[in-house]
Amino acid sequence: MSNFFNKSDLTRQDADKIVSETLNNCDDGELYLEESKSESILLDDNKIKSSNYSSDLGFGFRAISNEVVAYSYSNEISKDSLKNSSENLKSTLKSIRGTYNHEIPKSNKKFYEDINPIEQKTLESKLEVLNKVNDFLRKKDGSVKQVTASFAGEQKSIEIIRSGGEALTDVRPLIRFNVSVMLEKNGRKETGVYGIGGRQSYDDYLKNDNWKNVCEEAFRIASVNLESKPAPAGEMKVVLGPGWPAILIHEAIGHGLEGDFNRKKTSAFHDLMGEKVASEGVTIVDDGTIDNRRGSLTIDDEGTPTERTVLIENGILKNFMQDRHNARLMNTRSTGSGRRENYRHIVLPRMRNTMMLSGNQTQDEMIKSVDKGIFAVSFGGGQVDITSGKFVFNCTEAYEINNGKIGSPIKGATLIGDGPSILKEVSMVGNDMMLDPGIGTCGKAGQGVPVGVAQPSILIDKMTVGGTKL
Amino acid sequence: MVKDQEFLKSKASYCLDLAKKMGATDASVTVGHSISETVNFRNKSLEASDRSDGLVLSIETYLGKRRSSISSSNLLDENIKTLIEKCFETTKITPEDEFNSLPDKNLLAKQISSLNLYDETRFENDKKIKYLKDLEESASSDKQIINTESSFTENKSNFILANSDGFCDGYKTSSFAASCVTVAKDENSMERDYEFSSKRHLSDIKQATDLGIKAAKQTIRKLSPKKIGSEKISIIFDKRISKGMLSAFASAISASAIARGTSFLKDKIDQQVFANSINVIDKPDIIKGMGSQNFDSEGVNSNTLQLIDDGILKNYLVDTYNGKKLNLKSNGRSSGTTNLYFENGNICYEDLLKKNSRSLYITETIGHGSNLVTGDYSVGATGFLVEYGEFKYPVNEITIAGNFKDMFKNIILANDLEFEYSVNSPTMMIEGMTVAGK
Repeated sequence: MSNFFNKSDLTRQDADKIVSETLNNCDDGELYLEESKSESILLDDNKIKSSNYSSDLGFGFRAISNEVVAYSYSNEISKDSLKNSSENLKSTLKSIRGTYNHEIPKSNKKFYEDINPIEQKTLESKLEVLNKVNDFLRKKDGSVKQVTASFAGEQKSIEIIRSGGEALTDVRPLIRFNVSVMLEKNGRKETGVYGIGGRQSYDDYLKNDNWKNVCEEAFRIASVNLESKPAPAGEMKVVLGPGWPAILIHEAIGHGLEGDFNRKKTSAFHDLMGEKVASEGVTIVDDGTIDNRRGSLTIDDEGTPTERTVLIENGILKNFMQDRHNARLMNTRSTGSGRRENYRHIVLPRMRNTMMLSGNQTQDEMIKSVDKGIFAVSFGGGQVDITSGKFVFNCTEAYEINNGKIGSPIKGATLIGDGPSILKEVSMVGNDMMLDPGIGTCGKAGQGVPVGVAQPSILIDKMTVGGTKL
Repeated sequence: MVKDQEFLKSKASYCLDLAKKMGATDASVTVGHSISETVNFRNKSLEASDRSDGLVLSIETYLGKRRSSISSSNLLDENIKTLIEKCFETTKITPEDEFNSLPDKNLLAKQISSLNLYDETRFENDKKIKYLKDLEESASSDKQIINTESSFTENKSNFILANSDGFCDGYKTSSFAASCVTVAKDENSMERDYEFSSKRHLSDIKQATDLGIKAAKQTIRKLSPKKIGSEKISIIFDKRISKGMLSAFASAISASAIARGTSFLKDKIDQQVFANSINVIDKPDIIKGMGSQNFDSEGVNSNTLQLIDDGILKNYLVDTYNGKKLNLKSNGRSSGTTNLYFENGNICYEDLLKKNSRSLYITETIGHGSNLVTGDYSVGATGFLVEYGEFKYPVNEITIAGNFKDMFKNIILANDLEFEYSVNSPTMMIEGMTVAGK
């Protein structure tokens, strides 16, 4: 746990006093202190290309009254700096008065350990694994022309000080291991990427040659793509595989159910609470409480313990995801979804691990039911226009389906759909729910936060596939 | 106030001295300070204010051909010392790489000319509030606009780059940016669009009312869109999208992509990659330019580069490390392109719209559908169907797809280039792409 006051002229008592005095006439707000240590090591083109270590320390001071949020941050933790920020907040909120809400739920549950994954393993041992990855892949097949592998580790310590002196703390580990391989055969080049990660130590990757599985998967995806044909263009049936393809849920539904867009009525979902927005059998939750997952949090960045929030239950829209600010303005409670990238950013309602739960059909049944369509197994990134509800994501591994059978692999294509209606097109839900491997980062308003997704195989009756073959 | 040159120089030389003392054979350090203030409005009232004040330090230490780096926002001498120790310890166990080195001394920038990138004008928050009030007033004058969100950001930065070969320079820059996002609604649909203005000098920022009116107009015209069928159709890219083609091109000619062999433009120097009327230029010394620089992030002097000359690829974007790998000299592009643009074509905008009896005019794309290894391109799109030069109706929930290799060779440019951003393009037409819709 970081002590934010031992190397500063700012004492804990000073901080409490300035925070309480600044927030006294506000509806909400807090001082957020953060120290992070992170490391990234990259092997590329047969060499250790970079090894970077970085440390970051700073505070963000927030005051909220009515609908106005005033925010000020600095990476200098000192009495002067905090006083400057306080003056800055007061000048924004000068004429607006509120009543501070002291209430914040408590929980003793923790979803990851207080560890620093960077220090647990020597740099040498990490370099050794990266070199093994490179040798393993290059020896595996003559078509391997480029290998990139990386480790990224982080430990972030936060402390939230609220008016009245209440303090909440959390220590968050996060790691990521990634392999990208490029193959070349008969003049064609294709890439395959795979990674794993979570809020845990590096141990699982460094022992039992576990890294080999990651290499095999990246190689397999690239090999499949070497044989790919141009993708079809137009509306058709789409079978999505389990796990990572749930970024469809994240883009199509997740963002539209974040509290801020609904308070502002700019989400296509804002007037659909209690309505049927998905086929029967579709249940979607956003869960911050799964042990060691990338999107899990013991407390969110406002200090609220996270929870499992039911968003859609059997097709009916049940809840939005809320931070304290939007919850207060919408007369509801925070769902522990208030997140920020770091102390430089304001809190926004964000997703954690967004999951569609299992139904009772099999992937086989889905494929057999399709005359003409595609089977999408893995994706790159996605994006959504919250207001029109249109969303896209890019296939990185997909196959055509003809007469109930899986056919040739097809080139990466963008799929586009309409968020509020896509889940009504889900006609089968599989019994094979799977979590993603722990690699997702969600971007919103210029802030990236780690998230997770999960889903079973699903059959979507109609979606537009953005290939080139008419 | 943003920290002055003397303060940043003293931090930089403290770092260099320390690294040398510990035994580093070479080192380079960047110290930067940035202050930025943003005011946000929503529906004609204040929504948020945000002030940021941040120092950042990054150091690279070398031991012969070994290199590693650290970065931190904590500039207390004691912390810097701990970090440099850690950095140097890491350097010792990082394997050698023959291409690691500081830039060649004779390529370093020597004379720094003023490009007028800093405007010291302070635009107080009360003035930002007045600007945003005017902006939102004009943006919401039409009843169909149901939500407006706008912001004004003022930023002042200063930096010093120093290395153990004696390079030590830096300069202040400023930027002012106003933006407006509007949401419009009718009985069939809800749509969003935007407009923004970003400049080095406050006096060059667009008028608040013009910005608001333009954002609203662009949003309202998207209402009640239709989905069209799947077909081959000629596509016209609005300026705000056509510049994205240049960004994709720039990524594909970065020396790192070329050296790694992961670009569809590898080994294409002196070959035709664009239509033969196309010229692409990267010019670092435009006065007040959003992408202007005196030197790149390694201190290397940067001159104007003709990247594409009559359709022929003439240069990659080269930094020191990848340059050594490719046996090329750095051309001062370790931070990427500076002010990148297509030269004007010779057809006017109206004639471009009329060139085909039927075309699709794209105003927005979504998704990350550019594959720079294969050149494959597939993105979600929003726009308008154009018939005989006239905008007929808005179109959405479609994708457009092709391959950059073919697309680049089929580009036709209008003659309406303006220097608004760091990447600029005239309106563009590409024939032979596939639209996927119904």
